[in-house]
Amino acid sequence: MTRVALRGLLGRKLRSALTAMAIVLGVAMISGTYVLTDTINSSFNNLFKEVYKGTDAVVSARSTVKNPNGFPPSFQQSLLAKVQSVKDVRIASGGVENFVSIVGRNGKIVVNGGAPNLGFSVDPKASQFNTLTLVSGSWPGTNEVVIDQSTADKGGYKAGDMVGVLGNGPVRKMRLSGIVKFGQSNGILGATLAGFDLATAQTVLGEQGKLGYIQVAARPGVSPTKLVGSLRAALPNNMDIKTAAAQVKQQSSDTAAGISIFRNFLLAFAGIALFVGIFVIVNSLSITIAQRTREFATLRTLGASRTQVLTSIVVEALVVGAIASVVGLFLGLGLGYGLMRLFARLGLELPSNAMAVETRTIIVSLLVGIVVTLIASIRPALRATRVPPIAAVREGAALPPSRFHSYRIAGSIGVTTLGFGSLLYGLFASGLSIKQLLIFIGAGVLFIFVGVALVSARFVKPLATAVSPIGTIAIAGLSLIVWPLSITFWAIRHLFGNRTEFPGFLPDRTMNRLALENAIRGKQRTAATAASMMIGLALVTLVAVFAASLTSSFRGAVDSIVTGNYAITAVNNYSPIPVSAAQAAAKAPGVEAIASVRTDYAKVFGKRTPVTAIDGKATPVIRLNWKKGSDSVLDSLGQRGAIVSDSYASSHDLRLHSQIKLITPAGRQLTFSVVGIFKPPAGGSPFGVVTFSAKTFDSAFQHPMNLYTLAKMRGGETTANSKALERALAAFPNAKSQTRGQFIDNQISALNPALTILYVLLAFSLIISFFGIVNTLVLTVFERTRELGMLRAIGMTQRQARRMIRHEGVITTLIGAALGIALGLIFGYLLVSRVQTLSFALPTLQLVIFAIIAVILGIVAAVFPARRAAKLNVLEALQYE
Amino acid sequence: MSTDSKKLANKTVERDGIAVHAVDICRCYGEGDTAVNALCGVSLDVPTGHLTAVMGPSGSGKSTLMHILAGLDMPTSGSVSIAGTEITNLSDSELTRLRRKHVGFIFQFFNLLPMLTAEENILLPLEVGGREVDRDWLDEITNKVGLANRRKHRPAELSGGEQQRVAIARALVLRPTVMFADEPTGNLDSRTGGEILDLLHEMVTTYGQTTVMVTHDARAASIADRILFLADGLIEREMPRSDPSAVLAAMNELSR
Repeated sequence: MTRVALRGLLGRKLRSALTAMAIVLGVAMISGTYVLTDTINSSFNNLFKEVYKGTDAVVSARSTVKNPNGFPPSFQQSLLAKVQSVKDVRIASGGVENFVSIVGRNGKIVVNGGAPNLGFSVDPKASQFNTLTLVSGSWPGTNEVVIDQSTADKGGYKAGDMVGVLGNGPVRKMRLSGIVKFGQSNGILGATLAGFDLATAQTVLGEQGKLGYIQVAARPGVSPTKLVGSLRAALPNNMDIKTAAAQVKQQSSDTAAGISIFRNFLLAFAGIALFVGIFVIVNSLSITIAQRTREFATLRTLGASRTQVLTSIVVEALVVGAIASVVGLFLGLGLGYGLMRLFARLGLELPSNAMAVETRTIIVSLLVGIVVTLIASIRPALRATRVPPIAAVREGAALPPSRFHSYRIAGSIGVTTLGFGSLLYGLFASGLSIKQLLIFIGAGVLFIFVGVALVSARFVKPLATAVSPIGTIAIAGLSLIVWPLSITFWAIRHLFGNRTEFPGFLPDRTMNRLALENAIRGKQRTAATAASMMIGLALVTLVAVFAASLTSSFRGAVDSIVTGNYAITAVNNYSPIPVSAAQAAAKAPGVEAIASVRTDYAKVFGKRTPVTAIDGKATPVIRLNWKKGSDSVLDSLGQRGAIVSDSYASSHDLRLHSQIKLITPAGRQLTFSVVGIFKPPAGGSPFGVVTFSAKTFDSAFQHPMNLYTLAKMRGGETTANSKALERALAAFPNAKSQTRGQFIDNQISALNPALTILYVLLAFSLIISFFGIVNTLVLTVFERTRELGMLRAIGMTQRQARRMIRHEGVITTLIGAALGIALGLIFGYLLVSRVQTLSFALPTLQLVIFAIIAVILGIVAAVFPARRAAKLNVLEALQYE
Repeated sequence: MSTDSKKLANKTVERDGIAVHAVDICRCYGEGDTAVNALCGVSLDVPTGHLTAVMGPSGSGKSTLMHILAGLDMPTSGSVSIAGTEITNLSDSELTRLRRKHVGFIFQFFNLLPMLTAEENILLPLEVGGREVDRDWLDEITNKVGLANRRKHRPAELSGGEQQRVAIARALVLRPTVMFADEPTGNLDSRTGGEILDLLHEMVTTYGQTTVMVTHDARAASIADRILFLADGLIEREMPRSDPSAVLAAMNELSR
């Protein structure tokens, strides 16, 4: 029996290969994700090990709140002498580090993708702590800098040049004393490196008399643990003292946590792809098995038991699944490798260690691929077992209806309802953890997809009838667009004696009608094929709705809040910029009013909370809707006044004059009194959760930085005003001035990379459903061989045959698009309603594009099956049984 | 190739009443040592207004002959013209257009489209060719084949005989120069088969519809004006209209 199954498989190579594509792509996403994230993880591990390789213990200030950039608060330099006096200490060296950028010869900051620009002190005398090696030149002296090789290459510098260095303040010109390497590699994960002597580093970072960390090496015979013990005894208890090993472990697990979020995010999309894959496999197996009814019946008459029929199908599926999983595993490794090469191209080079292919990657990939195939094959296989032996001799034998046939409609409506229930509960029930929320939403969406897919078989007729004319118009339009190309090809073919028909773009009513009838006739398979497409399109639509809502809400918010006409942000639109940039801009001619918003994190009501501070006169540039207080509050916050949003006020039971206690990352306690409560617009608040004056902020928080600055210029948005601000910011290449309109556009365009990633990941699901459509059409052509032969005999041209299949493909994808876009809009609407700061917006243009993409996918999916239909040998087709 | 059979075929009709003209056609399958000659050196004319039957045992090449005469297949050598047009150097689309205009088909398994009604099936050749429907003609043939009150039924709701009637009307709807029937009674019981044969005969007598029928049923062949006997790719014998027993006798002789 197994041999029969395997023989059958070889006889259906094409079909099996098309089915296997679903598994191949899904598994490739899994193995690609693992290998990529594992490699990044191990790269960071090695990096941290390298950094602390000569160190036994690390001393730093304890941080109350985790800073988003990962640098602990600084502390007094005098502590270094205390450390050096501890008797177990052989050598100790203090340093500072933070973000420092290098300005290239072109006046722009050298940056590799999203990798950080790091600056730190180097101590060549404490050589065991120094992880840098000189490539050329010498170690830096006062007002000198060393940078890494790839930054030097990118910036166009060599040792001895004068280099622009940007720390916490305007650009400083310094002599490039030398070029360094980190360990053996030219760079670390794309970060740019700038090294200074301690005093220069402190000046550049605005940390005069302070240190960020102390590295300590123990005397011979003293263990790191003992060293930590004696350091603890000697130092104040707000200091954090760790062995180097513990520090490496801590930093590794911090990055691993971030990477694991990234990994789960990618795996979720692999899961979606495999879910679509299940649809595709169930559908193509069902069709194949229906076509093989007579074969199964014959096997039964020859004495095969039901179990044997079942086994033969499951074995066949297993073999396909196993082969596809292995191919997918390797494709994923290739994908991971390709992405790493791509990262390297973008300057985010991972250290030169090999790809991390863990046993887990291999096991999970293969297991998931095989199990998914098995799950998908069970239902079709069970149906095949119910073919009675008598079907072997009966003309036109069909599969007996499923056992659940009569419950089908009720069941599918039930599943859909259950799905919506779960989705709504997940979205709107209060008190769910993030994990529960995701589970309810995810399960709800999956149930809805399954339910709608089952229900939709009932509505193929109206759906197909409705989308068919749309398909006709779309195909005619697209044909017209490529018509000049078609004519050229036609002419070339003619030159070579291939007398094909002159290309036309007008629709063929008869062929479209036949295609429509065919789609309706095979409603089960049309619905199932369209459903696989529906899933991808629903999620893509959801993303588009969310993005459109976000964009329009943001636009609305800026329109209602910002009364200034210029804004200053970082070049990348989101990084904090030095306070001195705003101070420089304030001196530009034409500035009537300017205000900046500082940002950091603090502990408020025991929770890590984003806080902001207002610097300057805000009333001319910001207008808020006040529940308590008025705009004038913004300019009179004083030492201890704070404003909060109405939702925060109500959730924390705050009124005017309520007290708010806040702890800064360095551990300072501040108490504020609520002086205003505002209602943020739908697009979100311009501030953090608690907002107070910059004076208080600057005295209590280290490294004060602005998130953005708003200005009101005399005469409004003019070229002269733009120029004036640009000139004023010349010394701050990481800051850019923009008009209010540009500011909105820039902030919105910051969404684009995230959107692109989501669309690319969802494209995998669409590709899988694309192969499903190809497969269905191939099976359809195969099944209708005799009909096609008859039509050809009575006068259907090859082109008409191709058009008929193409139209059927387009009807299928358009049904998928109609269902998917409708579901996506519902999901999007629900999600947007859940997020208070958003109001629903319809992404009309995107939806039209998705529909056109659906049409194109249908056309392309039909190319191969249509060619098969056209090239069918009429004689064989007529004799075909 | 026997010159006798060529002479025989050419003698029977005048040149101007010829629907299909075939000269010295051969059809080879495969290549080299394994090549099989399905037809070798057949010449014949299909006279207009007559019913020509092609008989022969299975493997005699009768289906191959019909396919070539109908422009569905190309001879390996020799020439065929349908309604005066030489087909052997036509492209696929030119050939398709020729078939649309001049050739009608009736198949053993009816080959109706299950999702279309009887009338829609009948009109299919016009629809596919993008031609106008002649309502009077449609009504006439629909009545003639006896489907006047079955027009809106789908094939699944029709008996085998009714389905073949639909197929006959479909073949006639474009008034083809020549109609080909491939074992038209092969999938019907003998009573229904008889009715279908009567109908075919009537089409020839009433409308002068030139018809070529391939069959191995002696009774079917007996309605023909002329019967060609094929064996091993050659026309072995030709008979004028004969009764079934004479046809049967000729067949038996042939296989001996």
